[in-house]
Amino acid sequence: MAKLVEIRWHGRGGQGAKTASLLLAEVAFKTGMYIQGFPEYGPERMGAPITAYNRISDEPLRVHSNIYEPDYVVVVDETLIKSVPVTAGLKKDGAIIVNTSKTPEEIRKELKYDGRVYTIDARKISEETLGANFPNTPMLAAVVKVSGVISEEVLLNNMEDSFKHKFANKPQVVPKNMEALKRSLQEVK
Amino acid sequence: MAKRVSLSGNEAVAYAMRQINPDVVAAFPITPSTEVPQYFSQFVANGQVTSEFVAVESEHSAMSACIGASAAGGRVMTATSSCGLALMWEMLYIAASSRLPVVLAVVNRALSGPINIHNDHSDSMGARDSGWIQIYGENAQEAYDNFIQAIRIGEHPDVQLPVMVCYDGFITSHAVENLEMCEDAEVKAFVGERVAPYSLLGENPVAMGPLDLPPHYFEHKRQQAEAMRNAKKVILEVAAEFEKLTGRKYGLFEEYKMEDAEAAMVIINSTAGTAKKVVDKMRAEGKKVGLIKIRSFRPFPAEELVAALKNVKAVAVMDKVDGFTGVAAPLHNEVRSALYGAAEGKIVPGYIYGLGGRDVTVNDIESVYNDLFKAIETGKYEVYNYLGVRE
Repeated sequence: MAKLVEIRWHGRGGQGAKTASLLLAEVAFKTGMYIQGFPEYGPERMGAPITAYNRISDEPLRVHSNIYEPDYVVVVDETLIKSVPVTAGLKKDGAIIVNTSKTPEEIRKELKYDGRVYTIDARKISEETLGANFPNTPMLAAVVKVSGVISEEVLLNNMEDSFKHKFANKPQVVPKNMEALKRSLQEVK
Repeated sequence: MAKRVSLSGNEAVAYAMRQINPDVVAAFPITPSTEVPQYFSQFVANGQVTSEFVAVESEHSAMSACIGASAAGGRVMTATSSCGLALMWEMLYIAASSRLPVVLAVVNRALSGPINIHNDHSDSMGARDSGWIQIYGENAQEAYDNFIQAIRIGEHPDVQLPVMVCYDGFITSHAVENLEMCEDAEVKAFVGERVAPYSLLGENPVAMGPLDLPPHYFEHKRQQAEAMRNAKKVILEVAAEFEKLTGRKYGLFEEYKMEDAEAAMVIINSTAGTAKKVVDKMRAEGKKVGLIKIRSFRPFPAEELVAALKNVKAVAVMDKVDGFTGVAAPLHNEVRSALYGAAEGKIVPGYIYGLGGRDVTVNDIESVYNDLFKAIETGKYEVYNYLGVRE
């Protein structure tokens, strides 16, 4: 992998894009890498567009600015494509991952981007496995799959531990979250 | 044994507070410092610390409660930002003049108005003459390390002054990064117990903060000034001891690739990290650039800075605050004042940057170094500059 991977997340307040960026940072951290996970804060309100960032590297990270030329862009809410320049600065040899029921070919027409385009129906996966729309777990799996920033095996092992810790009071949801992760790794296209 | 962890700056500072286990924490929430007392109050509720947590009704009351508890001999700390620090103003001077080593995490945020929650240094820079020691840090690691060292600096018998531990709001406070934490027992041994030379309580109680008229006020101020001067030596002593414990080296400021630097930058807090990246890049291109990151702004390391800048031809002084003096911003003023009489022919422009959270990129920083080289070549330059503003 390249020495530095930069990822930009676009979501809406309440969808968990910030949480997903922090989860990705946490998983990458556990593999021994240097990480940054940080949101771009604004007036925090449900539904407002928000941006979050990850830097992941095998060297210490020093730059403390936002990310303007990301390697990967993750769009947690496809309606943002119409109002936010989600592909701005995205590297040509990078990729964008969109949460949508559409195919990559269909969504490409809505994007100003010539590079790789991936889609995942995170809503469907989430509703079928978790019983509600929590798109951040599927999106996390998708960005790991597409970027290869960590291996799928490392993701699954680490996330199982994280879920067990996070859901210590309701262990019955752990297998459901793991299923969401595994399905997402398969269904991103 | 150090523990490798990933934490936000606020988490790191709250964890340091847990490890220190102070007697009293009195705090009032304000973004972006809120998480510090929030996490700490959980430690109190979980019985992980024995501290008394005082939820007060304002920052003025928070600092007042800290002053009372510290005057009673306790080890006391709090956190705030921006207007919260502004509301503490009156009491900041009381804490310093009463020689009470309260430790305050200042999570730097712009002052209103216009109202803005994002990072700049207008809050702590406004309090630079309040008599508090001010220590600044680049990232979560330094916020954590500085917070632990602040206890020992402030409580040293030759100092007995309150300490602000400053780090950037959101950029440092809310970003998750790698850092190394000490073991609880190591921190406990490092900070020890507070020994208050005078106290409201105990065998020989004293009154604190009484009326002090012309016969003595001036002498008390003179002693306060001496304590601040003493702090310079103590900061270095504590840093040396901390380095033995952790291997991490601290001073009054950090010199980065300054050995043969022709063009340098003096800067504070998180943007120093961004600037180091630029220094690396320009060095790889054969350009002799360096950087000085101020850690101790109060006391200000004037003589040490003059020595460190002895061989540079041009130095840009970076302020994340305006100061509204009509001339230069606070750090620019200090550096120029330090260099007076010792900097024949040196080029010392100032740059105001990043106000109200305006993002600062590697390109912005590179443009400053390029300005310096142009100034060295032509001798022509602007002394007072704004970086990244729309005119």
